[in-house]
Amino acid sequence: MGTPAYDIAHLLGGGMLLVSFVLLYQRRIGAVINAFALQGALLAAAAAWQGYVQDAPGLYLTAAIAFAAKAVAIPLALRFLVGHLGLSRGVETPAGIGASLLAAIGLVGLSVMVVLPVTAGTATPVARVDLTIALSVVLLGMLAMIARRNAISQVIGLLSLENGLILGAVGVAGMPLVVELSTAALVFVLAIVAVVVVFQIRDSLDTLDTSILDRERGD
Amino acid sequence: MPLPWILVFFPWAGAVVLALLPPRFGVGRFVNIGVGAGSLGIALALLGHPHGEQGWTRVDALNLPLVVVAALVGLTTAVFSAATLDAERFDHLRVRAYHAAFQLFMGAQFLALLSDNLGVMWVAIEIATLASVLIVGIHGTPAAVEAAWKFFVLCGVGIALALFGTILLYLAAQPVVGSGDPGLSWAALRAVAARCDPGLLSLAFVFLLVGYGTKAGLVPLHSWLPDAEAEGPLPICAVLSGLLLNAALLAILRGATIVGANPAALPPGPFLIGFGLLSLLLAAASLWRRRDARRLFAWSSIEHVGLATLAFGIGGAVANLAGILHLLGHSLVKSAVFFAVGAAAQIKGSQKVADIGGLAASHPVLGWGLALGIAGLAGMPPFALFVSELQLVAAAAALSPWLIVPLGLGLVVAAAALIRALQLLCLGAPTRDNPVPGAFALPGGLLWATGPVWLHLALAALLAFAAPAAFVALLREGARILA
Repeated sequence: MGTPAYDIAHLLGGGMLLVSFVLLYQRRIGAVINAFALQGALLAAAAAWQGYVQDAPGLYLTAAIAFAAKAVAIPLALRFLVGHLGLSRGVETPAGIGASLLAAIGLVGLSVMVVLPVTAGTATPVARVDLTIALSVVLLGMLAMIARRNAISQVIGLLSLENGLILGAVGVAGMPLVVELSTAALVFVLAIVAVVVVFQIRDSLDTLDTSILDRERGD
Repeated sequence: MPLPWILVFFPWAGAVVLALLPPRFGVGRFVNIGVGAGSLGIALALLGHPHGEQGWTRVDALNLPLVVVAALVGLTTAVFSAATLDAERFDHLRVRAYHAAFQLFMGAQFLALLSDNLGVMWVAIEIATLASVLIVGIHGTPAAVEAAWKFFVLCGVGIALALFGTILLYLAAQPVVGSGDPGLSWAALRAVAARCDPGLLSLAFVFLLVGYGTKAGLVPLHSWLPDAEAEGPLPICAVLSGLLLNAALLAILRGATIVGANPAALPPGPFLIGFGLLSLLLAAASLWRRRDARRLFAWSSIEHVGLATLAFGIGGAVANLAGILHLLGHSLVKSAVFFAVGAAAQIKGSQKVADIGGLAASHPVLGWGLALGIAGLAGMPPFALFVSELQLVAAAAALSPWLIVPLGLGLVVAAAALIRALQLLCLGAPTRDNPVPGAFALPGGLLWATGPVWLHLALAALLAFAAPAAFVALLREGARILA
């Protein structure tokens, strides 16, 4: 404990977790997108730092891809979507902000209680903390998907969840295929963003409220 | 290149060709059939391939039968799809996208079944998901978009959790196997599982079960399945129900065998039994309320995946064999039923149960095929599901007599619901035909649907009572791998 390797990894991971909370309490869609971009940048820094600590050059590639896609390209695309379609800038929060923040604290507590005991004997301290934070970010991403009703916020929840996964993968030293897996996961989320962009523009819906879609459910 | 890799890359090469093919009438669908036939040929050749690993893939008695059935269903689906394509009213771009996505899906399906490396398996299931989302949403109607969106988001969360489980699995094995590719190899992980940290293995299994369980359509993670099956193009039902669920369940089983090899870790059996029973009971109850024929049979898929999961949860030679047989039988019979229902929906111009009636009187070959298929799904002889359900009940009784109560209840309620559907769809007075323009316009007409239906039914009956001894030996060996 207390080595720079550990401290910086901890700091970057902690920053990502903090941004997950920001994603939950922001009411304006623009601020949510900004927060997501910040989380992407932090993820890129965390991956690059792990590449340096573990002496794994492949992780620099993961970091570069994460930065280009998550800190720049996806936020720009979402911004374009919001601006182009003239969407309402507010975000509906059916669960209520206070309640979702309380739930978020509970989820972080849960992941601490789940991960720390089972990894006590085996993993390195860096991997343990990284994994705890990663699971927290994953769970908070799921919470954001549940707590928000509009499609863009749900997509951002899923993207943030995926950030947590990549954080977990890069923190585990020597994980095989980590670059391939993170790229494949990125392709998946890019496809989701593409679906939103393409389908929304083509049908020029002026609302992205997914609760409208529910009416289409048949029997 | 090893033969298993060829089986993966052949459909993918076909997908590229189909995507680039100039939009001339009728060419794409026949190339699609050709690629399906080629894949089946390679899959059959794989039966003679020595078992073992080839880098990231492996051929063993567990995945070989599933691969062969997947290739067969892929071919018959391509045949069925050729005749129903015109009635789907795709434009040229959509026809190309549809065919390319279909073969992309098939290649990913083969890779998911054949992979030994759990990371590669995850990527394969992800590619299969992407391809099937594209197919489900291809109509672009609000209902199709909602189905695709739900599929995408739920399965997105599901496969994200599965990746987390995969990372945890590696973390558990890392102190023993070190870094590098063996850390994600199923064979290597299984060999060292007993020396890995049991806590991490248990945690990994929970994530793998929930993650891949979403894709397998296990209750309570099933809600995307009925929508996707009802709103996508007709042929997608056959491959979603018949194939994708098998790949996801196999992924769960691979994880379960690793975790189960460590006596100190959480035993996977009770979890599988719990998910299986829950799926069976909810699906059996839900089968009663369906008015849409495709949703009805989507729920029946949830029921059968539940039964197979239950069988694998009980474990042991008999139940595992029953589980494998059930997966194979379900793939064959369910895709036959979807072909028949799809053909009926195009003839009657509606997929509502109320609009499809008396099929046996108006279209005897199709109607009786559908009737036999539904009876097979309800567990009636002479199909494979009858044998596997019988073995499952026997194995459940041997494990615990109490298990018989919910299992029997689920089986009876589901069978009764299906028999009622059989009466509504096939017997009674025929409803008026209202064919969708372009339906079965190819020379041969309905034969394009009835051929695959009866072929599948014949094979399902063969599998139950007259399977070649070598194939039965293969299934038994597969069951031993799981034990």
